[in-house]
Amino acid sequence: MEEDIKVIVFKLGEEEYGIEVDKVQTIERMMPVTRVPKTYTFVKGVVNLRGIVIPIIDLRGRFALPEVEYTENTRIIIVVVNDMEVGFIVDSANDVIDLNIGQIESPPEVVGGIKAKYLQGVAKISDERLLIMLDLVEVLNKNEIIQLESIEG
Amino acid sequence: MDMNQYLSMFIDESNDHLQSLNEKMLELEASPSDLSIVQVIFRSAHTLKGMAATMGYEDLASLTHQMENVLDLVRNEKLAMQDFIFDTLFKSLDALESMVQDITDGGSGKADVSAIVTSLQAIVRGENLSTNVTSTSESEASATANNDIQLDEFQYSVLDQSIAEGHRVLYIEIFIREDCQLKAVRAYMAFDLLERSGEIIKSNPSVQDIEQGEFEQGISLYYITQEDPEELRQRILNLSEMDKVKVIEMDQESLKLMSEMAAGIAEVAVTSEVVSVDPKPMPTPTPDVKSAAPKEPGKVNVGTPSRTIRVDIERLDVLMNLFSELLIDRVRLEQLASEARNTALTETVEHMSRVSSDLQNIVLKLRMVPVDTVFNRFPRMVRDLAKSLDKKIDLVITGADTELDRTVIDEIGDPLVHLIRNAVDHGIEPVADRLAAGKPEVGVVNLRAFHSGNHVFIEIEEDGRGIYRENVLKSAFKKGVVTEAQAANMSDEEVFQLLFAPGFSTAEKISDVSGRGVGLDVVKAKITSLGGHVTIISTPGKGTNFSVQLPLTLSIIAAMLVKIGSEKYAIPLASIVETAILQNNQVRTVHGNKMIEFRGSHIPLISLSRLFDIPDFDESQEQETEIIVIRKGERLAALAIDEFIGQSEIVLKSLGAYLPQIQGFSGATILGDGQVALILDPNAFIK
Repeated sequence: MEEDIKVIVFKLGEEEYGIEVDKVQTIERMMPVTRVPKTYTFVKGVVNLRGIVIPIIDLRGRFALPEVEYTENTRIIIVVVNDMEVGFIVDSANDVIDLNIGQIESPPEVVGGIKAKYLQGVAKISDERLLIMLDLVEVLNKNEIIQLESIEG
Repeated sequence: MDMNQYLSMFIDESNDHLQSLNEKMLELEASPSDLSIVQVIFRSAHTLKGMAATMGYEDLASLTHQMENVLDLVRNEKLAMQDFIFDTLFKSLDALESMVQDITDGGSGKADVSAIVTSLQAIVRGENLSTNVTSTSESEASATANNDIQLDEFQYSVLDQSIAEGHRVLYIEIFIREDCQLKAVRAYMAFDLLERSGEIIKSNPSVQDIEQGEFEQGISLYYITQEDPEELRQRILNLSEMDKVKVIEMDQESLKLMSEMAAGIAEVAVTSEVVSVDPKPMPTPTPDVKSAAPKEPGKVNVGTPSRTIRVDIERLDVLMNLFSELLIDRVRLEQLASEARNTALTETVEHMSRVSSDLQNIVLKLRMVPVDTVFNRFPRMVRDLAKSLDKKIDLVITGADTELDRTVIDEIGDPLVHLIRNAVDHGIEPVADRLAAGKPEVGVVNLRAFHSGNHVFIEIEEDGRGIYRENVLKSAFKKGVVTEAQAANMSDEEVFQLLFAPGFSTAEKISDVSGRGVGLDVVKAKITSLGGHVTIISTPGKGTNFSVQLPLTLSIIAAMLVKIGSEKYAIPLASIVETAILQNNQVRTVHGNKMIEFRGSHIPLISLSRLFDIPDFDESQEQETEIIVIRKGERLAALAIDEFIGQSEIVLKSLGAYLPQIQGFSGATILGDGQVALILDPNAFIK
């Protein structure tokens, strides 16, 4: 018997992504972000989340997707991975679904331009609906970022 | 009884006692004939023993007991302190420390201390042989009297009243021979004999335990009778397989003191006595034992009532965090009130501000701990180092009462240990060299702490050989840290700073003391991470001074808030020299770097807008520029900003684990409007 997990669903462009709910602390509306100079380009800055300073990553920037204007639907998903608290800016987040682990297939080589290493897998929910499960540890992997940066110069 | 809840208290207090034992021993070493110090040591050891026994750490208790035996001889002037006795006692302290450490780490506090115990016993025995019978029995008796059984209130009052009514109250210790086959039977016989002519009020072990044979050789008990103590003793001794019997007659005072002392050492009575049983026949206790008993405990029970409480540091952290929230709200309220222009509101907010600043002071003070808590381990360390290096060193500590934030205190210990080791090992010369250089043979290491503005300075200064610029540079060239061309322009201080470079060591050979793979670079990294710096001043042949500058606290700092375009930043007030307004034509360019004249010298002008890529401000577009002159040590630089917002108390917040150590920022703070502002680290701008 395979386990069911709860997944927070969010959108970047037309794609739907999922993060396991136990990694998510809260989902916030867009709030004022203080820019931090001299850091990774996709780090938008830091926000004050009820007294705690949390760095905010633009997930579009992290995946090298084109940036868009923030809208009413823009959300910040605060996640905790390996004791790091980080917020992700996403286009929208409005669904929680139950997923059977068996539904998750290993990631195809390229999905929507995102490197496969950030992906934990792809879950087919219905014929039309594919959910891309993110591997947060990889997304937040700093060693890899540093390598990436130095390659891109 | 659930011991876990007392465990942390036990650990804290044991450490306190060990510390004071160490200190007093050092003091005693300096003046070995001062018996008042021995008294203090004895008391401390005694309390420690009692606590350990209560908590069931028997190895700890019995080792302390052996130390006590030695100290007891000393304080009764039966034994003069000698070097090897000091060494043995210090070794015992080390063993005790490692046992307590083991307990702290969740261990059982067990350790093989037989070697130390043997040498302690040898010290005691050696003295026994050379003193006369009376004195031996006296010291034996007083040591015995310390191992007591605990009386409850009822038993105590029974004994107390019996004395008042003219009965004899005896404290009896019976030791059955080790090779005895039927201990329980012997014990029963002794009890039977006693019951016939009096009443046993309390015995240790209890009657049930004795019946089941669950005891070793010793039984101690309180007994009410009309019999003559000496006669009674003989009668018990006449029973077969008795090793020795001690009978002490109590009076009301000695009973009181003994029962007070006994609190906590009940459990040690058996174990510790077993170790101290001497195979040779014990001399008979003489009547003057009786008068000795009340005298000894009388010195033990005092201890000034403490007006402090121990608080879990985590609770203080929570308090601090909550308080910082309050501080942010205060600023916010002040802002709202000034916008609302409501007099009543403004007044209330002003009052609240005053109260909260007082509160802030108190909260900050709660976290302040005297550096003494770090310094106190150094005298012992220097003593041992000096001994092992065969040097003569005097450690002079001043300003030990200077207070620092607890978080800083916790971190600063290791760097200081390293600097002191360095001073003792590399700084102070061996005696022969010192004499040859015309210096007194005893080297002096000064350890100083003092306040200065918003900082605390800790200095380690010695009168040793000093640092030779050429030696440092030679080593630096070899390691490729600097080139000869670079070196030519370096000041002495810059050269000395090279010592902090990773992998740098000028020690010719690695000694036991230093050169353990940890370099001064680690020291510097630690101090820098605490927001402090180290400077070195050294005169070849005269000595060296390492000066460590530390912030008073890590949590709340006074800062200047500034605006650069639409962005706000905070600059710690402590590193600001002054603020000024500059006409653009006062800026000069030297080698492509912008410089300004400040008090007769030229200092670099740093453009924050360019450094931080600030989109909506560029000082070169303006006629005049606001500048902030900052300082790092002796060096100055000016930061160009857009606008001053004002001075404010800010709460330091970490940028979180995800962001790397970003050049130029030491953290963030939350402003009154809820926005985050980054805190500049001025040190990063001055290279």
